[in-house]
Amino acid sequence: MSRYIIRRFLSLIPTIFIIITLSFFLIRFAPGGPFSSEKNVPEQVLQNLMRKYHMDEPLLKQYLEYMGDVLHGDLGPSFRYRDSTVNELIGQSLPNSMLLGTIALVLATLAGIAVGIVSALKQNHWQDYTVMSIAVIGISVPLFVVGPILQLVFAMRLHVLPLSGWITGREGFKALIMPALTLSFPYFAYIARLSRASLLEILRSDYVRTARAKGLAERTVITKHVLKGGLLPVVSYLGPAFSGIITGSIVIEQVFAIPGVGRIFVQSALNRDYTLIMGEVIVYSLILVLMNFVVDIVYGFLDPRIAYN
Amino acid sequence: MSDEVILQVKDLKTYFTVDEGVVKAVDGVSFDLRRGETLGIVGESGSGKSVTNLSVINLIPTPPGKIAGGQVLFHGKDIFAMSSGEIREIRGNKISMIFQDPMTSLNPFLRISTQMVETIVLHQGLSSEEAKKKAIEMLKLAGIPAPEKRIDQYPHQFSGGMRQRVMIAMALSCNPEILIADEPTSALDVTIQAQILELMQELTHRLGTAVILITHSLGVVAGMCDTICVMYAGRIVERGRTEAIFETPRHPYTMGLIRSVPRLDQEAKGRLYSIPGQPPNVIDLPDCCPFYPRCEKAMDICKKKYPPVVSFDNDQSASCWLYTKEARNV
Repeated sequence: MSRYIIRRFLSLIPTIFIIITLSFFLIRFAPGGPFSSEKNVPEQVLQNLMRKYHMDEPLLKQYLEYMGDVLHGDLGPSFRYRDSTVNELIGQSLPNSMLLGTIALVLATLAGIAVGIVSALKQNHWQDYTVMSIAVIGISVPLFVVGPILQLVFAMRLHVLPLSGWITGREGFKALIMPALTLSFPYFAYIARLSRASLLEILRSDYVRTARAKGLAERTVITKHVLKGGLLPVVSYLGPAFSGIITGSIVIEQVFAIPGVGRIFVQSALNRDYTLIMGEVIVYSLILVLMNFVVDIVYGFLDPRIAYN
Repeated sequence: MSDEVILQVKDLKTYFTVDEGVVKAVDGVSFDLRRGETLGIVGESGSGKSVTNLSVINLIPTPPGKIAGGQVLFHGKDIFAMSSGEIREIRGNKISMIFQDPMTSLNPFLRISTQMVETIVLHQGLSSEEAKKKAIEMLKLAGIPAPEKRIDQYPHQFSGGMRQRVMIAMALSCNPEILIADEPTSALDVTIQAQILELMQELTHRLGTAVILITHSLGVVAGMCDTICVMYAGRIVERGRTEAIFETPRHPYTMGLIRSVPRLDQEAKGRLYSIPGQPPNVIDLPDCCPFYPRCEKAMDICKKKYPPVVSFDNDQSASCWLYTKEARNV
């Protein structure tokens, strides 16, 4: 088991290496550059800029130098936010997105599973129809509609929650409530549908019939024989969902004025801010690859059929 | 086998409502089961064998299924009139089941010990340790080598035949009065089939358990059963003692089934016989003999009315117009 974990962990390193390399070259081959939107820059100034950021050197040399810096944990200076390094920019915004994302995903998972169970057990009854309609809304209505509606009701009308902004002062946590709810909505809806579908499949399985034929009470059948297998697909979804949700959402950050990493991500891509894009790609892929790793390990504990040899 | 009837199925009707109409999967099935008897229910896929027996312990998935009529009396008490708690005390305890596919009938996420112990604890009120001892004993009886070790393994660590042995051990662990075996060997390969049947026979004889053996194989029932019911399109078309059925089959369907069994003691003459045609769709079946389109002896009246039950010597009976006054008059 532990040997498997170590081997699986080591295999992450080449994955990350390939991601970094591919992104490095892809970005540079895209049209435009970090300074191409500056207006009326004299040729000499542009040259100086290029020299300052080592962009006049051969691509391969730039790549090797960059990889060397990354290995030392230095993601380089931002090309556009000239007073900040990439480490600073991500370091300031990522924790906010992680906090918000984690809260939202915990909410989504708890509520999604609960709703999934209820609707699988009450299949084709009004309970099922009601929550599944809500789930369809959750999947199809965009965040920039849900967010403002919540703001309208809870901030503008009822005045119970702040309209937008980030944690400040003693009651700062209140600022988290609406963005977390909004962000969790589509995840909640997806998890509810996912767990409903897989629970229904297990409920019809032969071994659940066996459990009933043994005379077990329905409650025991559900808790002991149905839930474990039925919630496995949710576990495998949580890996990518977690890496997606904690790396920020530009919509949520715009609507609720949250200093998160999503906005920086989008802006850096528009600005061709090479180092910042790379920094985010690295952080995002690290999180994604690690989460999938964690899911694999957890899966192994939950499903005895998976062997580690 | 004694004369005491422990299970009576009376005019059982189990229907399924689907988009196309009402599927009369079981349409008026009756039979008795005596203490220690082995009853074989034979028929093609879709003839209603499994549904009959799931109905006996009221495990039909509802909806779409529904018990549309009839009674199942266990020691004279109607199963359909019992509360869910009362039925659960019978399931797995007095009447237990084993299913066709041992690969999917055990929960892959739970150890064998967990799955066996929960039944024994539930019905026999033993502590978990005692129940585990009992479970190990049952696995040993069922021919699982090193049961003390194997019991803590998961189902995927067992072969198909071994899993069916586990199912048998689990089903018999509460000394049930009736064991319903739904195609217990159909998913296993031939050499294992014989072993499993032998094991079932030996254990149920030793424990005095009555058996309802559901199968599509006449070979299987011939060696094991005291009595046989032949089902076709949701009804029993012929019943009798095993010897009688094989020596003097009365219903043309039974005759066809027996003719289509390959025989080693006769020289092969050309192709093996098979009954022509397909079993009927049991949605909105008209009032006729459902077998007549495939029957070599079909008469006019077969298309018009379902045949009555005709009794013969030796407790044999068949639903066929061939043996009625009407047929002789034609």
